[in-house]
Amino acid sequence: MEKTELLELQKTACKVRLWTIEGVFNAKSGHPGGSLSAADIMTYLYFREMKIDPKDPKDPDRDRFVLSKGHCAPALYAALALRGYFSTEEIKVLRHIGAMLQGHPDMKGTPGVDMSSGSLGQGISAACGMALAGKLDGKDYRVYSMLGDGECEEGQVWEAAMFASHYKLDNLCAVVDYNGLQIDGTVKDVAGLENLKGKFEAFGFEVTEIDGNDFEQIEAAFEKAKTVKGKPFAIIAKTVKGKGVSYMENAVGWHGKAPNADEYKIAMDELNAQLNAMEA
Amino acid sequence: MAETKKIATRESFGMALCELAKEHDDIVVLDADLAAATKTEIFKKAYPDRFFDCGISEANMIGAAAGLATAGKVPFAASFAMFSTGRAYEQIRNSVGYPHLNVKIAGSHAGITVGEDGATHQCCEDLALMRTIPGMVVLNPADHYEMVEATKAAYAYNGPVYIRLGRLAIESFNDPDTYKFELGKGITLEDGDDVTVIATGLVVNEALKAVRALKDKGVNARLINMHTIKPIDKDIIVKAAKETGRIITVEEHNIIGGLGEAVAAVTAELCPVKVNRIGIEDVYGHSGPALGLLAEFGLDAEGLEKKILSIIND
Repeated sequence: MEKTELLELQKTACKVRLWTIEGVFNAKSGHPGGSLSAADIMTYLYFREMKIDPKDPKDPDRDRFVLSKGHCAPALYAALALRGYFSTEEIKVLRHIGAMLQGHPDMKGTPGVDMSSGSLGQGISAACGMALAGKLDGKDYRVYSMLGDGECEEGQVWEAAMFASHYKLDNLCAVVDYNGLQIDGTVKDVAGLENLKGKFEAFGFEVTEIDGNDFEQIEAAFEKAKTVKGKPFAIIAKTVKGKGVSYMENAVGWHGKAPNADEYKIAMDELNAQLNAMEA
Repeated sequence: MAETKKIATRESFGMALCELAKEHDDIVVLDADLAAATKTEIFKKAYPDRFFDCGISEANMIGAAAGLATAGKVPFAASFAMFSTGRAYEQIRNSVGYPHLNVKIAGSHAGITVGEDGATHQCCEDLALMRTIPGMVVLNPADHYEMVEATKAAYAYNGPVYIRLGRLAIESFNDPDTYKFELGKGITLEDGDDVTVIATGLVVNEALKAVRALKDKGVNARLINMHTIKPIDKDIIVKAAKETGRIITVEEHNIIGGLGEAVAAVTAELCPVKVNRIGIEDVYGHSGPALGLLAEFGLDAEGLEKKILSIIND
């Protein structure tokens, strides 16, 4: 991609992070760590990759995105709002009573959310169903689903993986946001996920491993995904949990906790400094 | 009147799916390696391009059905009731119920009439599980004709539906020339004002025989076939409560959480009368021939006649 395009994506990702912190801070709860790790990939999907129209969020021919790791809704909401699906004002009342934006994605109430999710392991199955429907109808839309690394401990993920390769869902692209941390500690210590690439390959996927916070690698992976025929594609994206906020980076404690007022200020200052540097 | 050839409602379901598919391109059927048993194989043979075996993975089957529904398909996902509603309960709740997707879930081999396979497969909790999901319609048809019409009604309804299917071949008692299925409306099979028996599913015909036998003994019982457990027909229950003063429910299901409690909730709130629940009394089943088990648990015509008599004479 052009340098200017890269810079634009980086700036947008920074704004996604700012609105993620804004949402979680105002909600006094939520999941900043995994939202920040996933922000670059979500930005790439919503601002460069997917064929979508915020004015026609139910277009039957649109590409779909299922956030299987539904707790990272703050980043999804930020991407959707910045892309024009709804006002960023909604983010300021995230998780409040009567708010449109629920703690986990709600497809009934939120424009742009293609599937309700939040219970881990379930979104990838729904993504499989969407991809299968696309095949049945001869449509060329693609379906993207983002999983957490910890989420891959769910058996349903592997049921879905078997299904995806059995039905040759080459219009499905799974992205694992491999930030290495889950609630009880490092993924390595909690449940030993490795060899994850080998697992997906054994389940019939074409797999690529990338730095999921590097837009050029993200682009290469999604471009490659579109060339693979006859089997589903998985991107194992190594990311930094809490990316962009110094004290949240690689810190287990920031999985599901909101910053206090002081922490909020530090986070916003840091992210704004990053944005200003890019805009300078 | 109806023919006497016995047919299991799972078979009727498979046939109904084929009938529907003739007219509706959006129907797809999913199964979890039990097509030969749930009888979705009838559909599979007729419409192989619209049938998807998910293998032995019910959780993913329900999720995939949800995804298909978001794209405009009308998926029917079938397995044994134990697995489609039990194993995949949370998937149904969160991926189908919460987004209120147009997914139809079928549970075959429900109740103790699974027979020899025994307790692990004899699901007597499916109606209870499905009732608790907001917006879920719960159907429990009683014979071939009712199953065919209920399946069509499930398709016509836009939203999640659970349909209970039986393994045991049973005779039909409904008259195909006059039978009409209305979602959420119970059907009065016998009039009477001494007591009302409300039955559902496979045991409706047993209850019918029992109620008829009781008429000969001077007990004028009303019989209602409650094919829709949710939304339950409040009007027919309240009317029965007012006019007969007493209700006995009959179901091949745990007396906890099924028809009996659904009826009792209506009477308790709208017209308190005594309600007795006949069903599986919070125990597991066990292996044995289906009809033998039905008799053992007091759910055949003879057993029901005795129980109803003892209840009203108590």
